[in-house]
Amino acid sequence: MKPATTYPDRRDDVRLLVVDPLTPGESLRETRTTALPDFFAPGDLLVVNDAATVPASLRGRDAAGNEIEARLIAARAEDRFGAVLFGAGDWHQRTEDRPPPPALSIGARLRFGALDAEIVARAAASPRLVELRFAVGGDALWAALYRAGRPVQYSYLAHDLPLWAVQTVYAARPWAFEMPSAGRPLSWEILLALRRKGVRWASLTHAAGLSSTGDPAIDAALPLAERFDIPAATVRAVAETRARGGRVVAVGTTVVRALEGAAARAGGELRAGAGETDLVITPAFRPRVVDGILSGAHAAHESHFSLLAAFAGPERLAAAAAHAERAGFLTHELGDSMLVLPGALAPAARAAA
Amino acid sequence: MNNPIAGKGVLLTGGSRGLGRALGLALARAGARVVLVARHADELDEVVAAIRAAGGEAHAVVADVADKDATTAIAGQAAAAVGPIDVLVNNASTLGPVPLRLLLDTDCEDLERALAVNLVGPFRLTKAIAGPMVLRGGGTIVNVTSDAATEAYERWGAYGASKAALEQLGRVWAAELAGTGVRVVNVDPGEMDTRMHADAIPDADRATLADPARVAAEIVALLQAEPGPAPGARVAIRTAPGAGASTEAAVAGASP
Repeated sequence: MKPATTYPDRRDDVRLLVVDPLTPGESLRETRTTALPDFFAPGDLLVVNDAATVPASLRGRDAAGNEIEARLIAARAEDRFGAVLFGAGDWHQRTEDRPPPPALSIGARLRFGALDAEIVARAAASPRLVELRFAVGGDALWAALYRAGRPVQYSYLAHDLPLWAVQTVYAARPWAFEMPSAGRPLSWEILLALRRKGVRWASLTHAAGLSSTGDPAIDAALPLAERFDIPAATVRAVAETRARGGRVVAVGTTVVRALEGAAARAGGELRAGAGETDLVITPAFRPRVVDGILSGAHAAHESHFSLLAAFAGPERLAAAAAHAERAGFLTHELGDSMLVLPGALAPAARAAA
Repeated sequence: MNNPIAGKGVLLTGGSRGLGRALGLALARAGARVVLVARHADELDEVVAAIRAAGGEAHAVVADVADKDATTAIAGQAAAAVGPIDVLVNNASTLGPVPLRLLLDTDCEDLERALAVNLVGPFRLTKAIAGPMVLRGGGTIVNVTSDAATEAYERWGAYGASKAALEQLGRVWAAELAGTGVRVVNVDPGEMDTRMHADAIPDADRATLADPARVAAEIVALLQAEPGPAPGARVAIRTAPGAGASTEAAVAGASP
């Protein structure tokens, strides 16, 4: 499958592949995201990640004048962020083709425009995975990041991505270092149509980190632990939905990781509050909270694909991937969508649609 | 006492002068966590320092609401500082060049600038802030308007047209957001003793103008009222004139 190289004219009108892992007979249907509400039933719950996307890419130089790009991956303290360092070049090159940054030790100073930082820690996995302490913290650091930073860019894009283009329509706290892109096709037209149908919404905040860095040592360690915050209202909505036989549908991997990660920490019981999870969802994972997922379209070799297998099962997912491939679905941040939802194509759901 | 403002995240544009400054102080005094937006860092820092000195919480975001690229940055910095925003006050506005000109003498660029600051900026910021409010099922958006939006005052054409359009956007926002828990109201603060007013009407008798602090107190009371104004409502605040007298001072001044 090919990546989408630009954003669609309308965010809510891209191709949608609906996968029903439960219903015998028709298990795949191709439509458009504008039809999303047709596949939900009254009593279902849609859970979204309301993290806004941070301008996480900072370009600057080290003390010797070498070009550096730092991509922030995690907030650690008021003046500290985890980051991955890249060398010269820019997003037009694939990250795996970029020269590595110069060897920088703890104490090395970096300058991004007017923003100074120091390397205060390095990971054992890779010297490029560091912790940066900035010269300012709090409000001043956020102001500097919004001034100096840009959203992480992708080599397959036809043009630069501005910051507004990597936000969902419900983005609130700037926690995500890459766009929680599964929610990108959701417009208020769609969200309000879902509500009119009796589908509830709930939100959580999950600090989506980088999906890949081009450094095999770092990529092998991805996804790193990511922090989340689940409001009490969302925990209540999940409990009420399950008690009434509704389906809990996660918008994106980050929502699955937050809900299932939080439940795994508390013996299967979903609890409200902030936490951190390093849960990796494999095809063998049995979700305890989430019934279905709205996701970007993913090719079989992508890591997100194995997460989808936990919901669709390997056979139906393989059939879905083959269909998406044949039909020319577009992948990645600005691409087409896939809904994996048990019962989505059941005759009763169709009749209600 | 029920205080629905305490602990709430408030984003207030035009926070460095006039009504915005007074509203920032009043909201923080009521316990809100206030993010103030304005173009000039020094003026903004003074207001933030005054709020903090009084024991309140305030954060500064230096930005021009007319700058399209600033919208996401304003929303992001505000949410980083105080979390999801519960109240947005679109207060920043420009008169355009003063002395005010007849429409026939108004440069097209000056009309465009008035629309950019007074109409398009609030539209963009509302778009960025109302979404997460709808998702969470609650929030209030206040558009600060003017009687120049409804009366045909000579020389107030550009400003008045921008405020009339802002009010109409407010009504349509309210209609579209009905049932979501998010409320949009237009508030006309009346004629106040501010630098903007002095720029527009330099020879006005200041004794006839309202004190922005008293108007700010009325707006805070409006935000605290249950159930408060209906969505899409136009609320005209008309406090008694009294330059330099805050609500507290006015009460104290009533004693002999």
